[in-house]
Amino acid sequence: MSTILSDNPVSGGIAGSRNGGLLPPLRSRSLLGRLAERFIESGLLLAAAFSVLITGGIVFVLVSESLPFFRHVSAREFLTDRLWTPMFADPHHGIMPLVAGTLTTTAVALLVAMPVGTLIAVWLSEFAPSRLREVLKPALELLAAVPTVVYGYFAVDFVTPALQAFIPDLPTFNMLGPGIVMGVMIIPYVSSLSEDAIRAVPMLLREGSYALGAGKFTTAMRVVYPAAFSGIASAYVLAISRAVGETMIVAIAAGQQPNLSFNPLDPAATITAFIVQVSLGDLPHGSIGYQSIFAAGVTLFVMTLGFNIIGAVMRRRYRQAY
Amino acid sequence: MIVTDRFIARTRLQDRAFSVLGATLTVGAMLFLGILLFDLARDGLSRIDWQFLTSFPSRRPGMAGVLSAWVGSLLIMLVTAVTAIPLGIAAGVYLEEYARKNWFATAIEINITNLAGVPSIIFGLMALGLFVFRFNFGQSILAGGLTLGCLILPIVIVSTREALRTIPRGMREAAYALGATRWQVARHHLLPYSLPGIATGVIIAISRAIGETAPLITIGALTFIAFLPPAPVTLDPEFAVQPLKWVWSPFTVLPIQMFNWVSRPGDDFLRNAAATGIILIGLTLTMNAVAVVLRYRMRRRIKW
Repeated sequence: MSTILSDNPVSGGIAGSRNGGLLPPLRSRSLLGRLAERFIESGLLLAAAFSVLITGGIVFVLVSESLPFFRHVSAREFLTDRLWTPMFADPHHGIMPLVAGTLTTTAVALLVAMPVGTLIAVWLSEFAPSRLREVLKPALELLAAVPTVVYGYFAVDFVTPALQAFIPDLPTFNMLGPGIVMGVMIIPYVSSLSEDAIRAVPMLLREGSYALGAGKFTTAMRVVYPAAFSGIASAYVLAISRAVGETMIVAIAAGQQPNLSFNPLDPAATITAFIVQVSLGDLPHGSIGYQSIFAAGVTLFVMTLGFNIIGAVMRRRYRQAY
Repeated sequence: MIVTDRFIARTRLQDRAFSVLGATLTVGAMLFLGILLFDLARDGLSRIDWQFLTSFPSRRPGMAGVLSAWVGSLLIMLVTAVTAIPLGIAAGVYLEEYARKNWFATAIEINITNLAGVPSIIFGLMALGLFVFRFNFGQSILAGGLTLGCLILPIVIVSTREALRTIPRGMREAAYALGATRWQVARHHLLPYSLPGIATGVIIAISRAIGETAPLITIGALTFIAFLPPAPVTLDPEFAVQPLKWVWSPFTVLPIQMFNWVSRPGDDFLRNAAATGIILIGLTLTMNAVAVVLRYRMRRRIKW
């Protein structure tokens, strides 16, 4: 190899290169070049490390800004009081009403997104022709691309009035309408991730099932779905985390009164809606409102972090399966 | 024999039925988007005109417009793009091409995965505590742009890594064999080849940032702004050139303007909200369509 190049440098294919057809150096030869390489590598490293700084910033701010709040509100009151009225003259600091609103809207969203998303995923991967799938998958993902404030408008302007045709007593602000809209929004999260998991199931399992005389539907539901379940479950968990953190849809359409209710027909505020509502007002540093949104933020962060960790563990497990 | 026939018939029926169910649900989900677009268009399309694009918000809905909002969105996106894109690409190149498999790289990787799952409003709280009050950026375009920059950074990093991963190993080895250094390989080969993939990720990230509302409300963006940020160059002889003064200006953005109009009573404000929604959804869907086409063409053209 080296003899060919050194015997005939011109036809060696590097005649036009910058060092004039000589053998290229294994490393940048000059000290300056080596320094530049080092410098660039450190720069890239810093860029990668910056993301850790963001996480650090989030944790630091959430802890340091909510500390004053927890100095005058005990953990016991925070977790057990059934009222959340931090801005009132007679303040109560129980996070439960906000958590209830968050969990109820999330539950409604999941009741829509989980079955629909899963069925779509199974259909896309096992039944739809591959060319159709290539078109439909990105098209479905557009559902997750619509700005959430637009979804909020749609929930209040169209979905809730439409629901009122069936449920006459439904108030203008309720958890059902925004919950459904949120569910449709997270369908692509469930369907795309589940479809990836389903497609990772080896063909052999399907062929075994077909050989035993099972049809496509039976194979999909009894063989492929269970085999892909940990991947699909991780999609569910990520969908939960997305729904818990969703803000604008519920802030616009679910009402803003903290309400300890698990009835989706009631109006209620979620953790996120509360943060938005308080942020809209004037918010001096260190005021009660300022402290309370960080206390709510800590709760939200812990909830989503928990779901994200569960999801990550599940995903790792399904990657190891095959 | 008859049993087998019946079994086959039942299996076929099941398959057929599920085929129909799956297709119906998929079409139904798309239909939901269709109805949303129709609803917006019916309420707001007639409201979009030159006056709407060139007027400030107003107490009288018929005279209100989105001038300060779209200028704000544009400037915020500028700050976001300038910070998140180079940083994200650099981090992606490091993690994919430089990092050795050690605890540090693993920690960064886990961190990025987690960051992508943090709700956007939490980024707003972080920015409120850090950028607005601790760094004293105030409720400015700079603070808002940096907030969204942090928010989309994981998207840019992940799509950069995915784009780099599709380049076959042989490409790198060929370049190394010719004596290229790591950075030369990255700069002259890997980045150009992965550019369409990175661009796809960047477009999707920016479209996500354009529609983001909650973190900007959290840092205290105003909902009523009847002025524009200072221009970089003024004809006023006293301040001739002030290239970066606009980053300190208060701002509003399209989604916040829309939110403000949705929360007001009266159908006329709702029409303004719908019109703003059309602009927003038009922007995001167009950007996503461009990204999809880019990805599709890239997949067809490149054959390693």
